[in-house]
Amino acid sequence: MFEFEIITENFSSYLDGMWLTAQLVGIALAAGLVMAVPLAVMRVSNNPFLYRPVWLYTYFFRGTPMLIQLLVVYYGLAQFQWMQDAWEAQSPFWLLFREPFFCALLAFAVNTCAYTVEILAGSIRSIPHGEIEAAQAMGMTPFTRLRRITLPSALRRSIPAYSNEVIFMLQGSAIASAVTLVDITGAARDVYSRHFAPFEAFVFAGLIYLLMTFAIVGLFRLAEQRWLAHLMPRKTQAAH
Amino acid sequence: MFLDGYGPAILDGAWVTLRLALLSLCLAFAAGLAGAAAKLSGTRILVWPATAYSTLFRGVPDLVMMLIVFYGGQVMVNQVTDALEWDYVDLSPFIAGVLTIGVIFGAYFTETFRGAFLAVPAGQMEAGRAYGMTSLQVFMRILFPQMLRHALPGIGNNWLVLVKSTAIVSMIGLADMNFVADQAGRTTHQPFLFYMVVCLLYLCVTSVSSWTLHRLERRYSVGVRHAEF
Repeated sequence: MFEFEIITENFSSYLDGMWLTAQLVGIALAAGLVMAVPLAVMRVSNNPFLYRPVWLYTYFFRGTPMLIQLLVVYYGLAQFQWMQDAWEAQSPFWLLFREPFFCALLAFAVNTCAYTVEILAGSIRSIPHGEIEAAQAMGMTPFTRLRRITLPSALRRSIPAYSNEVIFMLQGSAIASAVTLVDITGAARDVYSRHFAPFEAFVFAGLIYLLMTFAIVGLFRLAEQRWLAHLMPRKTQAAH
Repeated sequence: MFLDGYGPAILDGAWVTLRLALLSLCLAFAAGLAGAAAKLSGTRILVWPATAYSTLFRGVPDLVMMLIVFYGGQVMVNQVTDALEWDYVDLSPFIAGVLTIGVIFGAYFTETFRGAFLAVPAGQMEAGRAYGMTSLQVFMRILFPQMLRHALPGIGNNWLVLVKSTAIVSMIGLADMNFVADQAGRTTHQPFLFYMVVCLLYLCVTSVSSWTLHRLERRYSVGVRHAEF
């Protein structure tokens, strides 16, 4: 019943899809993390002009589906006359918004950034205040304190929550096929329409995602052993 | 005109989205309770399938699952109707959506409920048994109400993710609010406007849910002492 030839015949298009998924997720996560660090610091500040805009940003992007965000970027922005004028004028920057790859990357990065900001802000808030006071007593300036004490500690303790975000991002990236991109899901949809074999096409795609998820879980376990070793429960010697 | 006359259609779509989300939640709740019970049963023939279920369904994207259920389900339905010589039956995207989202989030709820059951001290169950309660009474009176308190934050998070997941059902042709907004955006050449309306509707649902969950958490934590700093 399950025809393996369909999969072996189309194996290379699945590989291409995997490469596209990896690029989309990898670049979006990296960009999202880089943007999230300063935004998280703003999010925990006491200044309403700093934390309110960031709150609004995370509230909007965590409260709406990523699919809609992607469609807004790819289809929605074309509604505006200035956008069409910019395309007419061949403006190299605005022409990027006609590229599905760029649009998906932008939507994914902005979305994951919003979640990452809240994860990081949560870790920053839960830093033992003794550590901050010690840094103050040492005469560190606020920036040095941030760089040497607050951020290293917060980033480490965010690793477990961030691993979930990475997995959600991998799974969420399946919607890239809604804007004509041929990622893993897109490749499976092509195979389905060519052979009319839904189980073969989509089950194999699901299997690839599953393996990628396991790989991510494994990598994060290594990362936790490397950077969170000091927070692990102490191992006791077996009693004889 | 209210949104070029598309206002009522979008509200109809919002009602479809809400029904889809609530029905999926019911299914996910039931599947999650069953999964957690199986995982905690300690019997290998129950633990093993439940573990496979919660691992598999959390590792595959919801869209891929939905395509398997919708297109694969149609093939299976066709085979059954052919064998029984019935008329052609169309699998509805609504049913496929409820089944997929319900079963996927059942896997997440399995983990939530498992953790929550484990958080109830065993001494309480033993005390219940010592009072002469039956297993069912211990479950209904002692285990379940306390488990729910520990599970509420997890249930809340899962529900918020579930609501946003319903958006992808428009990709298999269900006329939910995204689908209607998409059509309206194409005909009126105002896609941005209509997507933003949908975003606001989602924000309404998520905001009301967060507020309700916060109230529920307070309600179920009555009698729990919080440390004060």
